[in-house]
Amino acid sequence: MNARIERLRGECLAALPSVSGERARLLTAFYKSLDPKAHPVPVQRALAFRYLAEHQSIHIGDGELIVGERGPHPKATPTYPELCCHTLDDLDVLPTRGKTPFRVDEAVHTLYADEVIPYWRDRSMRTHVFAAMSSEWKAAFDAGVFTEFMEQRSPGHAVLDDKIYRLGFDDVKTWISASAARISASGDPKEADKLAELEAMSICCDAIVCFAERHARHARELSKGTHDPIRQAELAQIAEICEWVPRRAPRTFREALQMYWFVHLGVVIELNEWDSLNPGRIDQHLYPFYRREVDLGQLTPERAKELLECFWIKFSNQPAPPKVGVTEEQSATYNDFTLINTGGVDRNGGDGVNELSYLILDVIEEMRLPYTGSCIQLSKVNPDRFLLRTLEVVRRGFGQPSIFNTDAICLEFLRAGKSLEDARAGGPSGCVTVSAFGKESCVLTGYMNWPKILEITLHDGIDPRTGRRLGPATGDPRSFHSLDQLFDAYQTQLKHFVDLKIHGNHRIERLFAENMPAPFLSTVIEDCIDRGEDYNDGGPRYPTTYLQGVGLGTTTDALAAIGEHVFAHQDFTMTELLDALDADFEGFEPLQRKLLRHSPKFGNGDENADAIAQRLFDIYFFAIDGRPNTKGGRYRINLLPTTVHVFFGEMVGATADGRRACVPLSDGISPVQGADTLGPTAVIRSAGKIDHVRTGGTLLNQRFLPDVLRDESGLRKLADLVRTYFRLDGHHIQFNVVDSATLREAQQDPESHRDLIVRVAGYSDYFNNLDRPLQDEIIARTAHESA
Amino acid sequence: MPSSISDLAAGASQADHPQGVLFDIKRFALHDGPGIRTTLFLKGCPLSCVWCHNPESQNREPDLMFWQDRCIGCRACVMVCRERAIVVSDGLARTDRGRCTGCGRCVEACPADARRIVGRRWSIQSLLQEIESDVLFYDQSGGGITLSGGEPLAQTAFAVALLTACRERRIHTAVDTCGHAPWTDVEALAAVTDLFLYDIKLIDAARHRELTGASNAQILNNLGRLDDTGGRIWIRYPLIPGLNDRADDLIALGDLVARLRHVEAIHILPYHRGGLKKHERLGCPSTLQNKQEAHSVAAADHGREILRGIVKVPVRIGG
Repeated sequence: MNARIERLRGECLAALPSVSGERARLLTAFYKSLDPKAHPVPVQRALAFRYLAEHQSIHIGDGELIVGERGPHPKATPTYPELCCHTLDDLDVLPTRGKTPFRVDEAVHTLYADEVIPYWRDRSMRTHVFAAMSSEWKAAFDAGVFTEFMEQRSPGHAVLDDKIYRLGFDDVKTWISASAARISASGDPKEADKLAELEAMSICCDAIVCFAERHARHARELSKGTHDPIRQAELAQIAEICEWVPRRAPRTFREALQMYWFVHLGVVIELNEWDSLNPGRIDQHLYPFYRREVDLGQLTPERAKELLECFWIKFSNQPAPPKVGVTEEQSATYNDFTLINTGGVDRNGGDGVNELSYLILDVIEEMRLPYTGSCIQLSKVNPDRFLLRTLEVVRRGFGQPSIFNTDAICLEFLRAGKSLEDARAGGPSGCVTVSAFGKESCVLTGYMNWPKILEITLHDGIDPRTGRRLGPATGDPRSFHSLDQLFDAYQTQLKHFVDLKIHGNHRIERLFAENMPAPFLSTVIEDCIDRGEDYNDGGPRYPTTYLQGVGLGTTTDALAAIGEHVFAHQDFTMTELLDALDADFEGFEPLQRKLLRHSPKFGNGDENADAIAQRLFDIYFFAIDGRPNTKGGRYRINLLPTTVHVFFGEMVGATADGRRACVPLSDGISPVQGADTLGPTAVIRSAGKIDHVRTGGTLLNQRFLPDVLRDESGLRKLADLVRTYFRLDGHHIQFNVVDSATLREAQQDPESHRDLIVRVAGYSDYFNNLDRPLQDEIIARTAHESA
Repeated sequence: MPSSISDLAAGASQADHPQGVLFDIKRFALHDGPGIRTTLFLKGCPLSCVWCHNPESQNREPDLMFWQDRCIGCRACVMVCRERAIVVSDGLARTDRGRCTGCGRCVEACPADARRIVGRRWSIQSLLQEIESDVLFYDQSGGGITLSGGEPLAQTAFAVALLTACRERRIHTAVDTCGHAPWTDVEALAAVTDLFLYDIKLIDAARHRELTGASNAQILNNLGRLDDTGGRIWIRYPLIPGLNDRADDLIALGDLVARLRHVEAIHILPYHRGGLKKHERLGCPSTLQNKQEAHSVAAADHGREILRGIVKVPVRIGG
């Protein structure tokens, strides 16, 4: 990277996240001055957005080429009191907590105490959401049966297609007017609502243009204050670009990047979406600009890379706004889940990889910015060298980019009723869930804790941690004669909690549709304009709702162990097992050992365990898939955890797979940590038995040592592993390439590192299978090689 | 060549009679031939190399392995042993290996995971299930199976039957061998083997006998005949500091390989100390003990440079 990028990247990494009170102050002032009867809700929201665009601070950092921040400066993070009104206690906790701390100045404290809290405490969506939930729902929520995505943030997971590179917001306004005229002429029964929504969208178009023009003015002012002629020229160019986009469609590669960035800022300033926003398949979107300018000699690959790197840094300047409580537990990260896609197929299903795809891989490798998420889409039509270059980047060992299976994703889309054209243009949004780019609201609503539901099943509907009844009475498992009976009871419990959650979701969806529309986001997602409907009220072509299943591996292994030891071999009785679980295995160590060591485990290609995983999958799938939401869309399932498997683990006592109370659950569709002892091919065979095509996303983590991927031959074999998983319709895979520090931890805590593979000398082996001297030798060697 | 699935099944049932003793199956083996492979480790070896890192492979029959550091002296093993082969003294279980039949009851009983039986009998049919479960990975990567050990030629009939069944299923076959067996055995194996990983320990006859317990005459003779028949060969040379890493040793190896026509590569396998503790667990401490140095990167590089000066085929460190 060049000196400019090195400095900007260094500044980004050095900046500490802080809470900015500016947005909360402006928003509160705006709403206090607003006559709520004067405008319908969408227009109120649009006016609020315009007020923010007109008044919030403008920041252009020294040396920046792509400009604009969500807050007053990098990592100064706004709050959204209309969604979640932080308490003074929250503000006290934020700077001191171990994970994801935020600095909070005294002025923010005062602002919250004097203005923000008095106004928003009873008006925030968080207050409305909890007030609307039944006591049964709250009891399940408090017990950690499920989480609620919309208690602090708003529905998001939006991804853009290529329309913002073809249309400026003046064009969007023309489109909005035409739609309004058509709706008026058609005698639409919802005409008034729709025209209000369209008016709101139109105001938002003006707002984003105003926001950009303020950047142009600021650049010109900065230019006057500098004596450096090079920077003066750069600032003049920034001003010209910000006067052109987003009002008009971008003309150049650089304008295209700045166009996206203004749209991104608009979306994340309007609301705190979950996840933020995602440019989608940026290599294909930007390629026409790139190709033309490079061919004309107006752009070099080096300059394109510099601009992309400036762009990359912008994402990492915007931490996810401060989360608290369970929302923080389920997503304890600054990552705001932008996932920049590269590769995949073009609109005709052909190879979508181009020169820019490789340039982007170079950028990912150089930037090493974990909060600017990146992935590749890999189709059978993409060349191996694209995958191999990706794995070279993966080998650097920071987990990026993750790898998605375009061909399986297309099948997922088609099964869910999307058009082939939209399927090919879609892909993963924030972490692993798929979205039809530019045309879908794929709203994740909460994680479901499968092992907790099994625990409740084993206690006849009661949560053993509190003694409180949470689910229906499904029978004392001591009276069960077969695993089928246990499965039936589990299915009844799961159905109960899914119903409870979906019932709550219906209320919450309406609350957002009525009180918290997102008219700016609606301008860039089809068919919001054509329908005159909001992103949060069924405007998108595909308004999908998700419930995320968590703990597949743990639940599978628990049921497999019960089937094996209680029913098949009668090694011990259900009574003994339940006593052992309730005692957290204290005094039941031999029984725990049987569960841990002598039971079928998911992730080893074991047919019994894999069949149980498939059955659990089906139970979850049939409880949810295809159910209607309130926005004209359908429910789908996905299997991913973010960090909730740790929190959920804390809410679940000992489990029948031998896991002790409070230990993290398995993540995604990965095996229980350390339970996969037969190597990655067995993991992939087990994971491949999950019917990924019936989901909207699954997550599989695999861990390797850098040395396994040392040479071209190792890289190719890893590529073959990926290709084979994708032949089995696997949705996603990501690799952790671990270092010596991890190996030392593995020595301290071998139980949790049973799946760690190392290359020894002429062969690869599990780290745990090696003796201490050899382990020491390998640690020394790895450290030497990485020096 | 079978023309249908039922032919395949019939073939398998005929071949199902021989049983083999294996001490390990490793999947996602990356260093035992091309592509992603499953390596099957057969028990029994005619050599007894002093540096052996798989001492549990030497005996043809199942062995008991014992982790002294895990033993809690609880006597659970003593209670279940029908041969009265175990006594506990000073808080440690001690097994009379002469009496032990390898029945495994003590392994089941041990609460500390301190005991394990190494070696299990497998039918061809059950092994094929294990092998075929990864067939998509072989297809994708150009991989297959590798027989290793121990020494596959210690169980020739079984090895030939297994490789034949793999051939019928179009699975690529490799054999990692020390070559110390009658030529007729090697020839039988060669008929169903796509690639040989042929281990050479030393060219010097006297020191070979001293360090491996056997002459290398048959080994070198078999290598020559195998080369004459046109079989694909990769030479593997374990590099043991102070024992076979002198310049003379490597020059002699290079000269040998330079005379052969079908050797495609030489892999230098630097010594590692992984076998030392295993000796202890088998109750037969290694003669090398802890004196033996692990390889140094420089020594391996030096060895490679010597070989590169003599042979035309690629020389790699590591498999």
